[in-house]
Amino acid sequence: MSSAKSIQEIEASLVDDFSLFETWEEKYEYLIDLGKKLQPLEEQYKTEQFKIKGCQSSVWIHSFHQDGKIFYKGDSDAVIVKGLVSLMITVLSGQASQVIVDAPLDFINEIGLSSHLAQTRSNGLRAMIRQMKLDAVTLQGIGSRE
Amino acid sequence: MSSDNRIDIENIRSQFPILQRKVKGKTLVYFDNAATSQKPQSVIDAINNYYTTYNANIHRGLHTLADEATAAFEATRAAVKEFIGAKESEEIIYTKGTTESINLVASSWGRTFLNAGDEIIISTLEHHANIVPWQMIAEEKGAKLRVIPINNDGIIDMDAFKSMLNEKTAFVSIVHASNALGVINPVEEIIQLAHDFGALVLVDGAQSAVHLDIDVQRLDCDFFAFSTHKTYGPTGIGILYGKRALLESMPPYQGGGEMIKEVSFEKTTYNELPFKFEAGTPNIADAIALKSALDFIHQYGKSTIRHHEEMLLRYATSQLKQIEGLKIIGDVENKVSVVSFVIDGVHPQDLAILLDNQGIAVRTGHHCAQPLMSRLGIVGTTRVSFAIYNTIEEIDILIIALKKAITMLK
Ligand SMILES: Cc1ncc(COP(=O)(O)O)c(C=O)c1O
Repeated sequence: MSSAKSIQEIEASLVDDFSLFETWEEKYEYLIDLGKKLQPLEEQYKTEQFKIKGCQSSVWIHSFHQDGKIFYKGDSDAVIVKGLVSLMITVLSGQASQVIVDAPLDFINEIGLSSHLAQTRSNGLRAMIRQMKLDAVTLQGIGSRE
Repeated sequence: MSSDNRIDIENIRSQFPILQRKVKGKTLVYFDNAATSQKPQSVIDAINNYYTTYNANIHRGLHTLADEATAAFEATRAAVKEFIGAKESEEIIYTKGTTESINLVASSWGRTFLNAGDEIIISTLEHHANIVPWQMIAEEKGAKLRVIPINNDGIIDMDAFKSMLNEKTAFVSIVHASNALGVINPVEEIIQLAHDFGALVLVDGAQSAVHLDIDVQRLDCDFFAFSTHKTYGPTGIGILYGKRALLESMPPYQGGGEMIKEVSFEKTTYNELPFKFEAGTPNIADAIALKSALDFIHQYGKSTIRHHEEMLLRYATSQLKQIEGLKIIGDVENKVSVVSFVIDGVHPQDLAILLDNQGIAVRTGHHCAQPLMSRLGIVGTTRVSFAIYNTIEEIDILIIALKKAITMLK
């Protein structure tokens, strides 16, 4: 994880990546691929405690704190959603708490995924972002959401 | 497709303007009819015409517009009476949907007649709308909610039901056709058996009203509830049928205008049926337009519609079964035109997203029947449901789109 890059830089490069694809099929295939390649979340975190409410599918996010930065790992039982988890982790993991809290995360609406799910106004994604930001605030003081 | 009950599908489709719409650049394939059906032009025109030419509040005004609106509003009630074979128009109560119809009975009848220790029976197949109102009233009155089990195909266990009936059984509330699976329940037999024990029966007809011939007198159900947005009619209108004597014995559900005879601060006397249960200004425009929806159904006849839908159901079922790893849930003979399925290693939500990108509307998830999903041990299904305007060609489009989605996901 190259934490040297700013959130804006990472977002811009993701928007760039997606702009290479012309069809919706290619965009979704890429997202599905990201989902499949997401670093697995340890089974111990796939519990109610780490589950995010507000999605048709299950999403689990485990957040932790290291060297003054916030890190995330996650999973979902739906692979497209898992791709979105992967995108959020790519952007947010390894950043400072305040930077995460302030991130507008507009890139999601700009990468051209047409489905409602991939809009920051969708319940599932909003719940995911809210939890990640909340964890960033909580962890700043404590160390890890257990 | 050749058949005796052949319909002019192009003519029918041309009556539904929304079917011309493009979604994601493709012509819409609408397979979410169990959630709500699309509306023919005649229904849309009826709403427009009402607001354009005779909008008025009903039953109270002594002017031409009020007379016309009242007549149209009551003409629909008479048409609904015919539609479900009720004896009298007074037995037809307008509500805002199946949910409100069930809540009305649970609340008004339940609060008055349920006693502590009484038992209410529902089934594992129920929509949340036929679970939660009964849980609420059961808790309030100290009654007990009992649930008829099903087998893995979604067929109700009638032996279990028989053994659950006893002198404490006060009410049975049962879905006619399952929205999640399409399976049709043997409501006639259920009603008879329940009546043998003196229990009343409500039939949740949300999914059956548009597909099956409904004759509430022959069924002998005590209450019948349905939503007209699933019968080619407007949203915001539903029907509660109740036998007159029962409705007479029940107190009003809500207080306000329309439902009163005389009001003083000392005492209010209530209006007669059906107005006793229709407090406030009702949904006049949609009630009026409902008549056009029922006329639309009559024009073709339910048996013709059913014949067409069954053809679609059989074709879709056989085509879907050829997809590797696909399993139909509730693959039984006796069902309405709903196919619910799961695919090995494919999450329904992923599937819905990839189908939507191909212009196809299906429903995924638990279908407001979470207890049913947990009984079946699944998180949800993908549900495809048909209406009169759907075609074999659309099913072919679905099958190709499904295969494409599965390839992308696997
Ligand atoms: C079987 C069943 N019951 C009840 C309902 C609730 O209907 P409404 O939301 O129109 O009140 C539905 C609608 O999906 C249904 O399918």
